[in-house]
Amino acid sequence: MTPPILTEFTPWQALGGGALIGLAAVLLMALHGRILGATGIAAGILPGGGTDKGWRIAIVAGMATAPLAWLFATGAMPVVAVPVPLAMIALGGLIVGFGVSYSSGCTSGHGVCGIARLSPRSIVATLTFMASAFATVFVIRHLIGA
Amino acid sequence: MRLFSAYLIGLVFGLGIVLAGMANPAKVLNFFDIAGTWDPSLALVMVSALTVTGLGYRFVLRRGAPVLGVAFHLPTSRLIDRPLVAGSALFGLGWGIAGFCPGGALPALGTGRPDVILFVAAMIAGMYAARLWRARTVARRYAPA
Repeated sequence: MTPPILTEFTPWQALGGGALIGLAAVLLMALHGRILGATGIAAGILPGGGTDKGWRIAIVAGMATAPLAWLFATGAMPVVAVPVPLAMIALGGLIVGFGVSYSSGCTSGHGVCGIARLSPRSIVATLTFMASAFATVFVIRHLIGA
Repeated sequence: MRLFSAYLIGLVFGLGIVLAGMANPAKVLNFFDIAGTWDPSLALVMVSALTVTGLGYRFVLRRGAPVLGVAFHLPTSRLIDRPLVAGSALFGLGWGIAGFCPGGALPALGTGRPDVILFVAAMIAGMYAARLWRARTVARRYAPA
């Protein structure tokens, strides 16, 4: 397995990025009355995922335009550095898709929108997936030593 | 107007994800690696996103209805059940293996990188698998003994 790629602590970008994520969540609620959850939006687009697909497709299109807008604004594509082999990307993707379907939400839906509403389900979900991710990375990087 | 505003909201979200570093698995995995190459940035992403959303929702949800819709669609369940906890535990496992969460991967799709496309394809397969699994479980529960 490839070694970890060092990244710098970027407090201002983190706070600014988080504020934009929050702004998008508030705008979607104010204008459309919807929770901004990547899981629900993605699942709603798939065949069998309901009839109200238009706004969901528009949102995903907006999300996927962000790297181009970033390129236009900064002159470079955003950094996407993948420190794990493709097999782990595929395995992780499968497990993520299965898990978020069962928990009805992920970092955006439960972690941001749900906790902001003080939903007990979202608080439990977020504590659970955060703890699980910390434990997983500890096991992979320090116990298995991959 | 409805679709265009949704598109712009997605763009704002995607730019936030990119600026925050959540579309970058190296950064996400380092956040989870306290015992190693720890990068605490993502904790501040959560603090800031929650502050803005918490304050904004308080203001927005006081209104009777959204500007472009008839009603707010808010989840009403308060049930802490096994699908919620087991599903979340699995999500954390997959997130720790690959470094992408759904909201990080969808904006990253726009880079056109094959590894991101592979992740999203696998994630969709996982969502379908969950759908089939659930249908099977329900069928078994209601099957005649």
